Amino acid sequence: MSGIDKEIICIVCPTGCRIRVSGTDREQLTVRGNECKRGEEYALKEITDPRRTLITTVRIDHAGLRRLPVRTNREIPKRSIFPCMEVINRVRVEAPVEIGQIIIPDILGTGADVVATRSMGRGTPADARCRSARTRDIASTS
Amino acid sequence: MDSYEIVVIGGGPAGMAAAVAAREAGVKKILLIERDRELGGILQQCIHNGFGLHHFKEDLTGPEFSERYIRRMEELDIPCRLDTTVLQITANREILYINAEEGVKTVTADAIVLAMGCRERSRGAVNIPGSRPAGVFTAGTAQRLINIEGYMVGKRIMMLGTGDIGLIMARRFTLEGAKVIAVLARKPYPGGLMRNVVQCLYDYDIPLMLRHTIVKILGKGRVTGVLVADTDENSRPIPGSEELYECDTVILSVGLIPENELSLSAGVKLDPHTGGPIVDESRQTSIPGIYACGNVVHVHDLVDFVVEESEIAGRGAAGFVLGCRKAGSGATGSITSGSGEPRPAPVQVLPGEGLKYVVPQRMRGNNGEDRLDLFLRVNRVYGRSYIEVKHGQDTLKRVKRLRLNPGEMERLRLNKGAMEKIDGSDLIVKAVEEDG
Repeated sequence: MSGIDKEIICIVCPTGCRIRVSGTDREQLTVRGNECKRGEEYALKEITDPRRTLITTVRIDHAGLRRLPVRTNREIPKRSIFPCMEVINRVRVEAPVEIGQIIIPDILGTGADVVATRSMGRGTPADARCRSARTRDIASTS
Repeated sequence: MDSYEIVVIGGGPAGMAAAVAAREAGVKKILLIERDRELGGILQQCIHNGFGLHHFKEDLTGPEFSERYIRRMEELDIPCRLDTTVLQITANREILYINAEEGVKTVTADAIVLAMGCRERSRGAVNIPGSRPAGVFTAGTAQRLINIEGYMVGKRIMMLGTGDIGLIMARRFTLEGAKVIAVLARKPYPGGLMRNVVQCLYDYDIPLMLRHTIVKILGKGRVTGVLVADTDENSRPIPGSEELYECDTVILSVGLIPENELSLSAGVKLDPHTGGPIVDESRQTSIPGIYACGNVVHVHDLVDFVVEESEIAGRGAAGFVLGCRKAGSGATGSITSGSGEPRPAPVQVLPGEGLKYVVPQRMRGNNGEDRLDLFLRVNRVYGRSYIEVKHGQDTLKRVKRLRLNPGEMERLRLNKGAMEKIDGSDLIVKAVEEDG
């Protein structure tokens, strides 16, 4: 195994410490340059198991809008981002959709579900107001 | 003429939070006016996460954050007019609006809350020479096209500017299969949050070229390339340093401007440092009964602070309206404060050395709260430094910071003890870098 020697910028707080993580063994890494304990945790996690929340859109049919925003409901390994995008890009969903609805369960075995991040009712693109119809009704009856 | 107690202009997070806070404070007759086809404002296209960490203690996406407020609006039965554009407001609180169903209509309000947000600086605002081909977008326009309308903007993208929306969009373009050639910053440091530089650029190996700018856009029908030059210490392009980059799309992320045409139509005084109305601690503008909150006042980094400010404005407007009700006046056209008493001269809060601006700019002691939060930005990057609030010879507050960055808004809280020391003289807020 080759050694690790990487510099990362900490994003835990606005200070933005430059943290150097080095060592020959994954279990015994040296962390330098961090001003606080949270920086050390962040740096070690970034080196050993970097994860991200993946956020994108999927195609939606028969809604007022053409794209439905979605997210993974937990972080996935960073290296899974593009493979997951390929899966997500093949999906088409049908309106209506409720916020939090699972669009793709356990994507690529990551343990994360891809879920809708907004509600979207049925409607035609010409009448994109479906989501707000209720609010609008209130307006016209007041 | 229809009359309301409060009319809120703008249905983004600021407008919704103000309307909700006003209703919760007991105001019955509220109308919110929104020009888009739905509520939520710009959050609906900000599909990324990072919203709500302070306010909801959760990491939400823009649509998730806004849906919570839309539901709250529905629960409280707050009426809205969608697809409706306000054309003008007046100092005696008449609102002229237009929509397809009612045509042009005037309504009156005891109080108005301005929550129109901000808009992006465009190519015209930064004066980039060259031809005028298709393929030049602001970051926010590209965001709306991709995330809401479902159109991809290009394949080889050059980005000018390092605002947060631009950084977020660089990642988004990459996820959607485009190649972001580079992100250029005229200054020696990026304008957006460090978090976004790391997670949007470094994660995807997108080059960040500091001290560079676009000096010419090339192409006839469509963008074919840009000339990029190095910049000097004054951020001006250095002649002779130009290099050609081929691309089909140019994205501009070169700053946001509070959108205040309506404020000006009513005669609201603006602060040249923020581009937004001068407000007191209840977010009342220079005109009694007209309040303002969110990005129309100053451009925020975080929606959490927008809603916090908007709740203050909503409560402020509610206090004004309820004061009017108590005073028995119909209030429309009255120019006294809500309680009917003349307004005392306010204390000024001034940006001193090292500061770009501070909000609120006035203090009247009228927000009924025993603390005061000052929001400010510094004018350059500072190392180890402190920010302090001076009141004559007194220092009311001093906080230390390891680093200060114009891209990150700072908040200073004055507690009750400090507030009680304030008499008629002005407050000066300054940032000072410590030696060594």
